Amino acid sequence: MAKSKSQAITAMQTWWLLAAALSALLPLTPHVPLWLSALALTLLAGRALLNWTNRRLPARGWLILLTFAGSAGVLAQFKTLFGQNPGVALLVLFLALKPLEARTRRDGLAVIFLCYFLVLAQFFFAQSMATAGLMLATIVAVTAALGSLADARARPADLLRRSSLMLLQAVPFMLLLFVLFPRVQGPLWGLPRDAFSALTGLSDSMAPGSISNLSQSDAIAFRAKFGAKVGDTPPRDQLYWRGPVLSEFDGRTWTSERRLPLPRLAYAPQGPAIDYEVTLEAHAKPWLFALELPGQLPPDSLMTGDYQLLAKTPVTARLRYTVASHTAMTAGLDESAGVLRRALALPGDFNPRTSELANGWREKLKTDEAVLDAATRFFLTQGLRYSLTPPLLGQHSVDEFLFDSREGFCEHFAGAFVFALRAAGLPARVVTGYQGGEINPFDGYFTVRQYDAHAWAEVWLKDRGWTRIDPTALSVPSRISQNLAAAVPAGSNVPLMARLDLTLLRELRLRFDAVANTWNQWVIGYNPERQREFLNRLGMRTPDWRQMTATLAVLAGLVLLGLTAWALRQRRRTDAAQRVWLKLGRRLGRRGLPRASWEGPLAYAARIAARFPESATEIRAISALYGRLRYGSLDPVLLDELKTRVTRFQP
Amino acid sequence: MRIAAALQDRFIRWALRVRPPEPAPVILTQRRVYVLPTRAGIGYAASLLVMLLGAMNYNLSLGYALTFLLAGLGVIAILHTFRNLAHLSLAPGRVEPVFAGDSARFTLLLHNARADERRQVQLRLAGGMSGIVDVPAHSSAAARLAVPALARGWLALPRVTLDTVWPLGLIRAWAYAVPDMRCLVYPRPTGTAVPPPPTFGGRAGNAARNPQGSEDFLALRGHQLADPPRHVAWKTAARLGADAPLMTKQYADPAAQTVWLAWDVLPTAMPVEERLSWLTRWVLDAHAAGLSWGLRLPGSQLAPAGGEAHLHACLRRLALHGKE
Repeated sequence: MAKSKSQAITAMQTWWLLAAALSALLPLTPHVPLWLSALALTLLAGRALLNWTNRRLPARGWLILLTFAGSAGVLAQFKTLFGQNPGVALLVLFLALKPLEARTRRDGLAVIFLCYFLVLAQFFFAQSMATAGLMLATIVAVTAALGSLADARARPADLLRRSSLMLLQAVPFMLLLFVLFPRVQGPLWGLPRDAFSALTGLSDSMAPGSISNLSQSDAIAFRAKFGAKVGDTPPRDQLYWRGPVLSEFDGRTWTSERRLPLPRLAYAPQGPAIDYEVTLEAHAKPWLFALELPGQLPPDSLMTGDYQLLAKTPVTARLRYTVASHTAMTAGLDESAGVLRRALALPGDFNPRTSELANGWREKLKTDEAVLDAATRFFLTQGLRYSLTPPLLGQHSVDEFLFDSREGFCEHFAGAFVFALRAAGLPARVVTGYQGGEINPFDGYFTVRQYDAHAWAEVWLKDRGWTRIDPTALSVPSRISQNLAAAVPAGSNVPLMARLDLTLLRELRLRFDAVANTWNQWVIGYNPERQREFLNRLGMRTPDWRQMTATLAVLAGLVLLGLTAWALRQRRRTDAAQRVWLKLGRRLGRRGLPRASWEGPLAYAARIAARFPESATEIRAISALYGRLRYGSLDPVLLDELKTRVTRFQP
Repeated sequence: MRIAAALQDRFIRWALRVRPPEPAPVILTQRRVYVLPTRAGIGYAASLLVMLLGAMNYNLSLGYALTFLLAGLGVIAILHTFRNLAHLSLAPGRVEPVFAGDSARFTLLLHNARADERRQVQLRLAGGMSGIVDVPAHSSAAARLAVPALARGWLALPRVTLDTVWPLGLIRAWAYAVPDMRCLVYPRPTGTAVPPPPTFGGRAGNAARNPQGSEDFLALRGHQLADPPRHVAWKTAARLGADAPLMTKQYADPAAQTVWLAWDVLPTAMPVEERLSWLTRWVLDAHAAGLSWGLRLPGSQLAPAGGEAHLHACLRRLALHGKE
């Protein structure tokens, strides 16, 4: 069946292979080391030069040397050859080298398949609509190159047209398979450790500056969809999305303690529940975000002793979950002594001025509430300013912030507040997460971005349990009531989406975000659950893989049938003149003078003339006219004449 | 190996559905066109499988989409390849007689009734392979197939395999056809240095001794394409100029130079085929010499005459001797 020897490829086919390789390599250049991009493009250019000047390919030894040198470079860069990034780098290297030894059709096929693999590799780095569009163009080019391997003499425009046509016809299959192919939740096997190195988000430690770094980014942290009714969205000052809780302090950095899962919720749900769905962007950490405090956990998640919502595995792909929260919940009335003791612990010899101030409150005031009041009053009146670029602080960071610079970001506020309370003998801890967010008017999704990252404090009072106090809100209320841009001094470097001016740009961006969100929800986020949900909506009551496969087979069969009909359809072989002539034959057939299938126009006309001698002249004229039209050129004026004469011919 | 060959033979006989040879035109209806992936197609499918696993493992939704798009492309390729061959019709074209030992050249006309071009259709015989033919829309293209002509007589066109991997090379569609076509194979003439026929009747002997005697100019007539170039009146043509029609010189009645080429003048011990080879050589020589000759075979004879038509009639008689 297959030929034993593969045919040599022509110069034109080589150009196609180079074009395909270039279209697959170029979009990857931002994601592989610079030296590798440069090497790959140089190799392709070198191959193009050889093709242009019609010279021989380099000896095999050189290629082996280049392969080893390139692989060594990848090894030096990544310290390993296994894993996602070195894997992509190696594929890039091979695709750049392969054309240099591509002599036969089979080598050409290897280049084509490598190109398809690199298109897939591109999706490791981005799955946006723009990437999809760009990759579609690449696929058209690569498929055209595949076509050129099978048809060396084809013109480039024909190849591109054929490739586009075939891909267009493949789209129905793609849609059917995409919707109905039974999805499995990956990974199937262990992912390489570097799979999600590029993700950002909140970490489980907080030092001065760690959250203000996030404030420079308007990347989306997560989106939330509340109910459609007015009032389903809670007021802005209750939008505290709880993330990592930090209760250990070493003098500079707040860290979270070892997380022990709660066997069940430590509190009874109170107040009205707010139901919403969160679509969390991948951030490679296990925490999930929910409004304080969630009353019902999403599947595959757990809650720690400090009411932190955790997924069972790190969130390495966009994750969707539904939660119900009760914003008016009290929790921790019967908190264990150990937790409270740890919530009082402070390292010695730090921040003497703050400790002294707090000791003063404790000595003067009787109750915990009074101490808390004193602390909040202090934060209200100290004249602290909110800044994206606070000055660097020394060893006694809390002292310097509260008494010297008086300029900080939310982590300074929260850290200082918790320190002061602990020094005054009140159990307290830092809670990080996001505050606020913005509703996108175009799709109704509530969007929370990285610059909404926030830190606040939680203090334990005997009859109120753990109580949220936001020291930032005390000093800079506009941070909570409006957003970041309202809180920082004018002229600060605020991300575009946080700015209050430039409404047109922001609106464009919101519109784009809404489209991107639909794309993310329905294309990128089409996972087993969404598939089940979607098929349910389409009327499949219990979609399991058997039902899906059966439906898929039936629908794909129907599409195939339609396409086969297209493939085999024959054009109608009758022309306009012939149709008129056949009509005449049918009409006279009803009067007992049918046209025989073998009968030519002149013979039939003679027979008609014999039967209707008074119309003989007319029928001869008609048949002559028909002969001219049928066997000469199809003149529209004559055709009209033929039509009218045939219609008028009623012997 | 032998079983495989036998099975293939059985399959082909079943696949043809009609008893060969088939009357013209042979239309490759969809039931006669078979489709299987090529080696490249199998590689393509394997690549897609790897890509699907990758997409699953990394939860790449667009990876799924890419894999499914390419899978759809593979299915579409089946249709396009199939369509490239289905409903192609095949009609016999010219076949020139050849001498045994040469290659018979069969011309097949491929007709495409469709409005799309059919590209890269390859015709193959069990032994050799023809070039690749593109058949334009609503039009025909000729394909030439060479078959070694080993023995004199009729040589039927063996089974032709038409196949195509266009447009992507992933799928191969093929069909078998045995169009009713045959080529007349003349006996192979013996080597050039043969003695002239040993027996001569009457004045024919003079002719054989002096074959130039026929050069008695008689008249001029209008040139016909079949006239030998050396009979063209070149001097007249030069005088009349390039626009004037060419004239051919006619010579005196060549009956005076008639030879009889007879079966029984050859030694009785000579085998039949060799005898026919000798006669073929003599016929060719007589024609080349511009003689008039008659051919006498056991049970039949051709009256003396000259020219192309008579040459081919004689060669045909020799080719089919004892075969009809």
